[in-house]
Amino acid sequence: MSNPIAPEAWQAIVLTLELAAVTTAILLVVATPLAWWLSQTTSRWRAPIGAMVMLPLVLPPTVLGFYLLVLMGPAGWLGKLTEWLGIGLLSFTFSGLVIGSVIFSLPFAVQPIQYAFESIGKRPLEAAATLRARPLDAFFSVALPQAKPGLFSAAVLTFAHTVGEFGVVLMIGGNIAGQTRVVSTQIFGYVEAMEYSQAHWLAAGMVVFSFAVLLMLARLKQGSDRVLS
Amino acid sequence: MIDQHVDIQILLKRLDFTLTVDLRLPAQGVTVLFGPSGSGKTTLLRCVAGLEKSYGRISVAGDTWQDSEQQIDLPTWQRNLGYVFQEASLFAHLNVQQNLQFGIKRLEHHQRAQADDALSAAIELLGIGHLLQRAPASLSGGERQRVAIARALALQPKILLLDEPLASLDMARRQEILPWLERLHAQLRIPVLYVTHSMQELTRLADHVVLLQSGSVQLHGPIDEVVSNRTFAVAVGGEAGAVLQGTVIQHDDVFDLTQISVLAGRLWVSKQALALSTAVRVHVHANDVSLSLSEPFDTSIQNRLPGVIREIVQDVHPAHKLVSLDCHGQQLLARVTARALMQLKLDVGSPVWCQIKSVAIAGPQDLSVSLKAH
Repeated sequence: MSNPIAPEAWQAIVLTLELAAVTTAILLVVATPLAWWLSQTTSRWRAPIGAMVMLPLVLPPTVLGFYLLVLMGPAGWLGKLTEWLGIGLLSFTFSGLVIGSVIFSLPFAVQPIQYAFESIGKRPLEAAATLRARPLDAFFSVALPQAKPGLFSAAVLTFAHTVGEFGVVLMIGGNIAGQTRVVSTQIFGYVEAMEYSQAHWLAAGMVVFSFAVLLMLARLKQGSDRVLS
Repeated sequence: MIDQHVDIQILLKRLDFTLTVDLRLPAQGVTVLFGPSGSGKTTLLRCVAGLEKSYGRISVAGDTWQDSEQQIDLPTWQRNLGYVFQEASLFAHLNVQQNLQFGIKRLEHHQRAQADDALSAAIELLGIGHLLQRAPASLSGGERQRVAIARALALQPKILLLDEPLASLDMARRQEILPWLERLHAQLRIPVLYVTHSMQELTRLADHVVLLQSGSVQLHGPIDEVVSNRTFAVAVGGEAGAVLQGTVIQHDDVFDLTQISVLAGRLWVSKQALALSTAVRVHVHANDVSLSLSEPFDTSIQNRLPGVIREIVQDVHPAHKLVSLDCHGQQLLARVTARALMQLKLDVGSPVWCQIKSVAIAGPQDLSVSLKAH
């Protein structure tokens, strides 16, 4: 076996990492204020919105992907909007994949950050207020730095989860080489074509990657526990 | 002339609790908010800081922070105050130095130089200069509270609010930090509101006492008046007693004693490392005072003062009475049984001798007097 990973597999790997990186970056920006709101609010909207955020955790990815496909398609309002804006349809494009991944991984980003904010409690923020910090200032100078472990695990989990997604990608992106074909769909393609040894290399790579990520998270958690105790 | 008082008129209603307070507190010295847990002490302090929403008026040294009728309600960060929480509230992600600088960085540019000076003075006053590079997690509880106090003082607040700053510390740490608080008390020129339910902290630090019970003020006034008041005495039970102001007049090296002159006479206490004519404050527990019709000479008790019974009230337990005594203008409290009063035929107006079994030095210095002198 001269080259265990074929060029099209490399292409899929690069695309996967790109998708995971973009998704993670967007989710950190979106999930942080959302998690903050969920951790602080006493509004009656907290429960329904919290449940909405968690929805992708329990829905089959195909369900999520199906609705997103409909939404982004020529008949969906998002599709109409993007066409009116001159962007064209997002279904079967990389941008469409990003949108799908962001929604699919939302709970993985929100939960650790929300938990981190909740465990800080109100006291440090009250202390900041007595030291002349405005609420926004207190958020950036106290809440955010103290929630760093939560932000970090959110980033790692989102990244890993995006790398491992399949159903949503297949529904929204199809399986277009160089555009929407990621590692998981590439493996699927190899298996369909009976190219088992190619599938093996990628599949084993995913196992090693996922294990490494979880190991890193466990180590991180140990470290922060030690600091706290 | 700006009104330097602290005025608090607030109303706060919760499902099972109502706080109603109308207080005018002195512009200097420590006012202790005293009362059992659930009496609203901390809630009152949080209202002053704007951490809790209430209806009413709060003004400190001429600044109106809240006036609900005029729709004024400054957020906490705009109130010029220092706040020390019950448990250490240092920012865990910053070291001591950065914690101390946190508030200063948020001041206007022209205020910073002065704040830096105030911070240096606070670091000196609280003895935390050697801790600046440490992480909060590596400090002892007492050290953390000293840093928290210095952090609050750096901003040169118009009022310092302390919410049971010693409650989270063990006994040894408390004894370690109390002298620092006394030092603070002696040097600070701003009003301090100090929440506690510890009688020891009260007798050592208070100039002024506010007794709160289930959300309303039962009593307030200068410490010596409040402490010997019967409402207060009943409220604090076994801790009831009188706080007397005095001065050190002599030391007895043979018997290791120190004599303190109070209004009512002279008291011997175990020897204190205090210079002659130092002003001190002594706490005489009602349980340690017994009464006798004539001056008792055949007794081991060294401290005897003549007085007149001013008032007799029922104590919590039906067997006990609390007797207020006037000893040359100084009030003392004695807890005696109703049976003893009957046997000795004691009543209001009876002249008696008070025997004092033990006297606690409450503070090394009479700080309220030294403050008023300035």
